[in-house]
Amino acid sequence: MRPEWKDFVGGKWESEINVRDFIQKNYHPYDGDDTFLAGPTQNTKDLWAQVLDLQKQEREAGGVLDMDTKVISTITSHGPGYLNKDKETIVGFQTDKPFKRSLQPYGGIRMAEKACSDNGYEVDPEISEFFSTHRKTHNAGVFDAYNQEMRTCRSAHIITGLPDAYGRGRIIGDYRRIALYGIDRLIEDKQEQKDSTGRVMTDDVIRLREEISEQMTALKMMKEMAASYGCDISKPATNVQEAIQATYFGYLCAVKEQNGAAMSLGRTSTFLDCFAERDLANGTFTEEQIQEFVDHFIMKLRCIKFARTPEYNQIFAGDPVWVTESLGGVGVDGRHMVSKMSFRYLNTLNNLGPSPEPNLTVLWSTRLPEGWKKFCAKMSIKTSSIQYENDDLMRVTHGDDYGIACCVSSMVIGKEMQFFGARANLAKCLLYALNGGVDEVSKKQVGPKYRPVEGDVLDYDDVMSKFIDMMEWQADVYVNTLNIIHYMHDKYCYERAQMALHDRDVKRYFATGVAGLSIVADSLSAIKYAKVEAIRDEDGVIVDFKTTGEFPKYGNDDDRVDLIAQEIVHKFMTAVRRHHTYRNGVPTTSILTITSNVTYGKATGNTPDGRKKGQPFAPGANPMHGRDTHGAVASLASVAKLPFKDAQDGISNTFSIIPGALGKDDQVFAGDIELDLSK
Amino acid sequence: MSGRIHSLESFGTVDGPGVRFVVFVQGCPMRCAYCHNPDTWSTEGGKQMEVSEIIDEFERNRSFYKGGGITVTGGEPLLQIDFLTELFTEAKKHDIHTCIDTSGIVFKPQNEALIAKLDALMELTDLVMLDIKHIDPEEHKKLTKQPNDGILAFAEYLSDRGVDIWIRHVVVPTITDNDDYLFKLGYFIGGLKTLKALDVLPYHTMGKPKYEKLGLPYPLEGIEPMDKNKVVEKKQMILNGIKEKRKELKQ
Repeated sequence: MRPEWKDFVGGKWESEINVRDFIQKNYHPYDGDDTFLAGPTQNTKDLWAQVLDLQKQEREAGGVLDMDTKVISTITSHGPGYLNKDKETIVGFQTDKPFKRSLQPYGGIRMAEKACSDNGYEVDPEISEFFSTHRKTHNAGVFDAYNQEMRTCRSAHIITGLPDAYGRGRIIGDYRRIALYGIDRLIEDKQEQKDSTGRVMTDDVIRLREEISEQMTALKMMKEMAASYGCDISKPATNVQEAIQATYFGYLCAVKEQNGAAMSLGRTSTFLDCFAERDLANGTFTEEQIQEFVDHFIMKLRCIKFARTPEYNQIFAGDPVWVTESLGGVGVDGRHMVSKMSFRYLNTLNNLGPSPEPNLTVLWSTRLPEGWKKFCAKMSIKTSSIQYENDDLMRVTHGDDYGIACCVSSMVIGKEMQFFGARANLAKCLLYALNGGVDEVSKKQVGPKYRPVEGDVLDYDDVMSKFIDMMEWQADVYVNTLNIIHYMHDKYCYERAQMALHDRDVKRYFATGVAGLSIVADSLSAIKYAKVEAIRDEDGVIVDFKTTGEFPKYGNDDDRVDLIAQEIVHKFMTAVRRHHTYRNGVPTTSILTITSNVTYGKATGNTPDGRKKGQPFAPGANPMHGRDTHGAVASLASVAKLPFKDAQDGISNTFSIIPGALGKDDQVFAGDIELDLSK
Repeated sequence: MSGRIHSLESFGTVDGPGVRFVVFVQGCPMRCAYCHNPDTWSTEGGKQMEVSEIIDEFERNRSFYKGGGITVTGGEPLLQIDFLTELFTEAKKHDIHTCIDTSGIVFKPQNEALIAKLDALMELTDLVMLDIKHIDPEEHKKLTKQPNDGILAFAEYLSDRGVDIWIRHVVVPTITDNDDYLFKLGYFIGGLKTLKALDVLPYHTMGKPKYEKLGLPYPLEGIEPMDKNKVVEKKQMILNGIKEKRKELKQ
């Protein structure tokens, strides 16, 4: 065994790149409570005060403190940057100083220029010239290949939020590999992969060979970048501090080269805990020191920034990075995967205060240990900063070493990746079905000129069959648009750093998404159970509806409408599955518009459910606001009926509740008067 | 059989242990001045629901109610004792934790037929949340238009039968916040052998719009909501009473 691995339990992971096997052989499930946790050190407090001050300066400067306009960001483009070199135990910034946003033109030079100009900066004209004349970008490639229909659909917002001018993101490198194996071993592995490709030089083989070469270049650059901070990551980490540092460097390289729509971290805590437990046993570090490393690591993740335009921020409601870290969950052998490190990650919310980033996501299972469940609940109440996802559901598909990209996209770390695909506006599609492809806002013929509905009163069977036809068309143009986008992204803006931390043959999910599900379900329910009359304008386009009578609404655990929602998801997914997908990606869909529901609402006319033109959609798979009248469980039960197999990229439900409605904060509900009396 | 139901709440977190399926029954003889559900007073309104409908609704989302169960509140659940007995009979067949949130107003120690029915119901009841509005008979009458002797007798009946009890008490400024009375209340419930918890609730004015909707005058016009922090002190007074009683019982 290598000296760096002393005291670890050996296994397959020694002879092959297999982080999961290492974790399974070496992790310590922790069943206790949060009393072992350490508070912030003085250095942590000082550094965090510095970050808060920078945040304040950034807000006062209008949202951006500094932007790089001259240096194109690569893994090695910038020298080291620090907050305070003497106090930082985990180092590394995207550029040579904190809060300076890097210049990343490969997704699209126009977007990069606009991100600068909207914030009062100007990209070096030589760079602009270079990327307009000599080096093509992802964005330019896409628009070279788009057909007219795709362009029209894009501007009509029937398909929307497409990653055709910005980085697609959603790919999680297995950053842990650097800590466990060191870069040199990973380069050797990549060389073996390259030598193992087929000898017949088809397009696929050529592309793979070129990509592996790119990955190897990235790995070499990672080593160089780490060296500029005085760190040697060529060999395995020897303690938890080095392990955290190496993992973070891997992630840092990814965000130096990709301004992606979601740049998630993976599932690192219990992996790192193996190192922490070894250090605690050997007396290498104390609990306080380990918490300090974690605090400094999380602090760095909170400082990840990208150059973005106000329009982009509007779609995503802010400036999110989606540094999602997945915590907990249960292993396939039945042992839970909560470790002390899982607690330490959540403890950063105590030590540094609440924060939306990194997006700490608890993989929830009924079989999680009680101490962890209680701590999660306590930290949720205190900070509102934790996301929860259903591990019992996802483990079946992905096993026990998957992570979440963005908010809900699940993938096995280092073995699966995703082509992010934004979403199709289903509410608009329903209106196209009624109007024979004519857009209700622009009055242009956008969709195919199918026969519109006739007569004043809408008939359910007629509308449903027209809607399914229109959805088939929508899925067709949508999937093919995405085929172009991902082809060009691979070609001009390839994620070499992240993909260097993947296996050779990755499973690629071809993600699609839908918006407006609850509107469509309620609209169809209204048509079926109440009387909906179409109101046409002078051009004969249906622009409004008169609904008489009651109809069941999605969100009340009422099968009459919930099954309509279920059917729509299934029908849409079936339509998507019919199509060829780039690199044989496995098609999935998501129902998860957490923030962009407002933007989609603006672009969509009146709908038969009573929603008015311009009004926001419900987020994700949520019932429309105020229509779920049977309490939270009934509302959640409706959402839970949506089939995961048809929406494997995730179903989200945004749930707000006043704290008082979640129970009481005293001991009454422990049902033990003795607790009260003993005070 | 069917019961007269005001409404169902699928996610109750303050009416017993765990997440609970809450059945609000229609009809109540009490007229508590601070009642926040005056729409449940009338024995006329509501809708008839079968026991099986309620059990079905619970069962379809059973996984949400781990550690919880069904709570029947109202209105006054014990007004519909036959329905309640059948509901709980079915609930027990389904291994559901059962709880009644009651004022105890219907209890008459001399009424043998009633006692027989209650005996049967209590066999099926895991927990009674008993809301004692006021410990003093006169003040109780002023506050609720009903006497409290039956209610206190009901508490003792539960204690003797070995049914777990949570006592609830709403603290209303100037009406139920007198420390002597609170101590007395504690002294009384301190004698209950099956007392498991004490839930002291601050008076709030969220029921007010309901009165307006029903065209009823709001009885506590001008009384401010109870300060949540002060309630902790008030609760301590009750706890002091319990301690005192228990000390005497030990001697």
